[in-house]
Amino acid sequence: MYKDETHQHMHGYGIYILVWLGLLILTGTTVAVAGIDFGALTIATALLIAAVKSYLVLTIFMHLRIEQKVFRIFLVVAIFFFVISIVLLFADYSFLTNL
Amino acid sequence: MSSDAITIDVNGKEPSYLEYKGKGRGLKSWIFSTDHKRIGILYLVSLIFFYAFGVLFGFLMRLELIAPGRTIMDPQTYNQIFTLHGVIMIFLFVIPGIPAVFGNFFLPILIGAKDVAFPRINLLSWWLFAVGGVLAILSILLPGGSADTGWTFYVPYSVRTGTNVIFTLMAAFILGFSSILTGLNFITTVHRLRAPGMSWFKMPLSIWSLYATGWVQVLATPIIGITLLLVAIERWFGVGLFDPALGGDPVLFQHLFWIYSHPAVYIMILPAMGVISEVIPVFARRTIFGYKFIAFSSIGIALFGSLVWAHHMFTAGMSDTGQFVFSILTFLVAIPSAIKVFNWTATLYKGSIELGPPLYYALGFIFLFSIGGLTGLFQGTLAINIQVHDTSFIVAHFHYVMFGGTGFGIFTAMHYWFPKMFGRMYNHKVAKIAFWFLFIGFNLLYFPMFIMGWLGMPRRYYDYLPEYHIYHLISTIGSWVLITGLIIMFTNLIRSIKKGKEVKEMNVWGGETLEWHIPTPPPLENFEHIPTITEGPYEYKENEEPQLEEKH
Amino acid sequence: MTTEQHTIGHVHRDDIGSRMGMWLFLFTELLLFGGMFFLYSVYRFMNVEAFHVAAKELNTLIGCFNTAILLTSSLTMALSITARQKDNKNLSIFFQVVTIVLALGFMVNKYFEWTAKIDHGLFPGSETMLGLEQGEILFFGLYYVMTGLHGLHVIIGAVLIGVMTRLTIKGVINKDSFVKLESAGLYWHLVDIIWIFLFPLFYLIT
Repeated sequence: MYKDETHQHMHGYGIYILVWLGLLILTGTTVAVAGIDFGALTIATALLIAAVKSYLVLTIFMHLRIEQKVFRIFLVVAIFFFVISIVLLFADYSFLTNL
Repeated sequence: MSSDAITIDVNGKEPSYLEYKGKGRGLKSWIFSTDHKRIGILYLVSLIFFYAFGVLFGFLMRLELIAPGRTIMDPQTYNQIFTLHGVIMIFLFVIPGIPAVFGNFFLPILIGAKDVAFPRINLLSWWLFAVGGVLAILSILLPGGSADTGWTFYVPYSVRTGTNVIFTLMAAFILGFSSILTGLNFITTVHRLRAPGMSWFKMPLSIWSLYATGWVQVLATPIIGITLLLVAIERWFGVGLFDPALGGDPVLFQHLFWIYSHPAVYIMILPAMGVISEVIPVFARRTIFGYKFIAFSSIGIALFGSLVWAHHMFTAGMSDTGQFVFSILTFLVAIPSAIKVFNWTATLYKGSIELGPPLYYALGFIFLFSIGGLTGLFQGTLAINIQVHDTSFIVAHFHYVMFGGTGFGIFTAMHYWFPKMFGRMYNHKVAKIAFWFLFIGFNLLYFPMFIMGWLGMPRRYYDYLPEYHIYHLISTIGSWVLITGLIIMFTNLIRSIKKGKEVKEMNVWGGETLEWHIPTPPPLENFEHIPTITEGPYEYKENEEPQLEEKH
Repeated sequence: MTTEQHTIGHVHRDDIGSRMGMWLFLFTELLLFGGMFFLYSVYRFMNVEAFHVAAKELNTLIGCFNTAILLTSSLTMALSITARQKDNKNLSIFFQVVTIVLALGFMVNKYFEWTAKIDHGLFPGSETMLGLEQGEILFFGLYYVMTGLHGLHVIIGAVLIGVMTRLTIKGVINKDSFVKLESAGLYWHLVDIIWIFLFPLFYLIT
C-alpha cells in the first residue's frame, strides 16, 4: 500500500472552515482600514494583511504546515528571488533625479 | 505477456535504448518516447539542426561586414539576420544546449535513477522546443519578414516595427516554457530519485550545476515570459505600459528583460562548467580539487547571477546609485566563477594528464572562458562601460563566454560522452585537428572585435568607417577558419555514429561516475539494479578498478 | 532460447515528487505575475496621486464580493480533498463542483466590471483613456492586463478542476490516490493568493 506521511496528518473539515472565517474577517479588516488615511502606512497595512491571508492559505489550505521541510525552503527561495528583484529595481528607481 | 515486456536474448543482454523497439516503429517510437535517453538524442538532432541555421546567419553577417558598404545584402536584411542569429543561438542552442541534450541523457544515470521524475513532461519539453524552433524559422517566410529588433526586442522599436515581431515573441515564449519544464523536472529528479547512499555531497559536480541551473530556469524564465507578452499586448491592444507618451518607461522594459536575460547566461554557462568538472578529473586521473567549493560556487553563481542584470543598462539612464550597486554586484559574481577556474587548474597540476580529445576542448573552454570572464569585469567597471557599451567589445565578450565557454563546453560533452551514447568511437586525430581549426578560427574571429570595439566600432552596425576595415577583414577570415573546424568536427562525429569503431566496453576513459559502469550504449532502464553508493564520484585510487557496490 | 520478461515503464509512484513538481510550477506562475507586480510597484511609486484618483473608478463592493467568492472557493477545494481522503466520494465531487461554480461566478462579476468600464469608454487606446493623466492611463493599463491575466488563470483553474471532477467520478482519484486533486488544489489556491494581493492594490488605494 502506498504510504505518504503527509497524509497521516491531513486536516479535518473544521480547521479549514475556521481558517476561511479568519480570511473573511481579515478581508473585512483590510477594507475598513483602507478607508482611513495613514498615508504610506495604509498601503503597507493592506499588504501586511494580504501577507497574513496568504500565509494562512499557504500553510493550511496548501498543506505547507504538514509537508516535508524542503517545500518550505523552496518557497523561501522563490519569495527571496521576487523580493530581492524588487529591492534592486528600486535601487535604481528611488534614486532617479529626472522624474 | 504485455507488449511492454523486453525480451532478453540468450546472451543475457538487454537491448540498448537505441535498439529497443518500444511502442510504434521507427520515427514514432522516437518522437513519442518518454525515455530520457531518446529525448536527449531528439534534442541533439534538433539542436544541431537549428545551430546550423545560426551558424549560417553568422557566416552571412561576417560576409557582409568583410568590407565597408554593401557587400551582399541591404541594411534591413542585415538587421533581420542578426536578430535571427541571436534568437536562434540563444534560445535554440545555448540555453537548451547541455541540459536538454546531456542533462536529459545523463542526469538520471549519474544519480543512479531509471529516468527523470516526469518523463512525459520531458517529452512535452522537447515538443515545445521543436514547435518554438519551427516558429522562429517560419517567421522568415511570412510577409514582413522576420523581426529586425535584435534578440533584445527593446521598446519602442519592437512595438512600432512592421516586421513579424509577434511570431518571434511567440516562439521565444514557447521555448521559455520548454526550458521551465526541463528545470522543474531536473530539480524534482535530483531531490527525489537519487540512488541510496548518494548524499548531496556524493553527487557528481555536473549534477550540482544542472540543479542550480534548474532553479534559474524555473524562477527567471517566467519574467521574460511576461515581458514578451507585454510587448505583444502593446502591439495588439495599444496598452502602452512602456510607452512614454502614456506614462510608460522604456527603461523599465530593459530592467524586466534583463532580469531574465542575465540569469539566462548562467543557465548557459553553469552546465558547461559542470561538464568541465566531470572531464578534468578523468583526464588528470585525480580527484577534483575542492569539490565542495565547486559545488557551492554553482549555487553562488546562480544566486549572484540573479542580482546583476542592470549592468546591461549602465548607459540607459539609470540613477547613479543604481549603477553603483549593480557594478559592485557584478564584481562579486566573478568570484565563484574564478573559484572554479582555479580548482580545475589545481586539479590538472601534477595530475597524470591524458591528452584525449575531450581534454582538448575542455582546455579550450578554460582558456576562452577566462578571457570572456575577465572582459566581463572590464565591462562591469562603470567608467569603462561608457566607452565600450554597444560596441563590438561587448560582442567579443559574450562570444568568448557563450561560444568559447558554453559552445566549447558542448563540444567537450559531445566528445566525452559520444562513445557511451552511440557505442562507437570517433577519430581522435581528426577531432584534435578540428579543435585547432576551431580554436584558431575562434580567436581570429573574435579577438579583433575587442580591439575595434575599444576604438569605437559600434555593434549591430551594417556599415563602418575605413579605419575599422582591417579588423573586420581578419574577423571574417577567422569565421571561415572556424566554420571549417565546425565542418570537420561534425563530420567526424556524425560519420562515426554509424561507421566509427565499435565500443563495447563500459568505461573507455576510465571515469568513476555511474555512466561508466553500465553497458555501452545504455539499456532502457539504465540499471538492472539501482546501485547503493558508498563513495564520492571522483575517488581515483592507484592501480585499482573503479569501485561500485551493487545492490542485489 | 531462454527469455526473461521485464515489465518496463511501470509507473513509479511518488506523490511527494508530484506535489514538488506542482509547487515548482506554481513558482513560475508567481513570477509571471511577479513581473507585473514589478511594473505596478515602479509605476505606483512614480504616480502615487494619479493611482489614487484612477482607483476611484473601481467598484470596491464588487471587488470585495469577488474576494469572498475566491476565498470560499479555496475552502471548498480544500474540503473536497479531505472528503476524498475520508472516502466520501460524492461529497468530494459536490465540493469540486461548487468550486467551479464559484469560479464562474467570479468570471461573471469580472465580465460586468469590464463591460461597465468599456461602456464608459475606459479601455486601452480609447479617446477617454488618452485624455487622462499619464499615471491614470498606466493604472488602467495595469488593471486590464493583471486582472485579465488573472481571469485567464481562473478559467484554466476551473477547467483543471473540471478534469479532476471527472477523474473523481471515474474513480481514478480515490481514497488511496488523490495527489492529482491535491495538485489541482495547489494551483487553485495560488490563483486565490494572487487575487488576495490584486484586490487591495487596485481596489483599496483610494
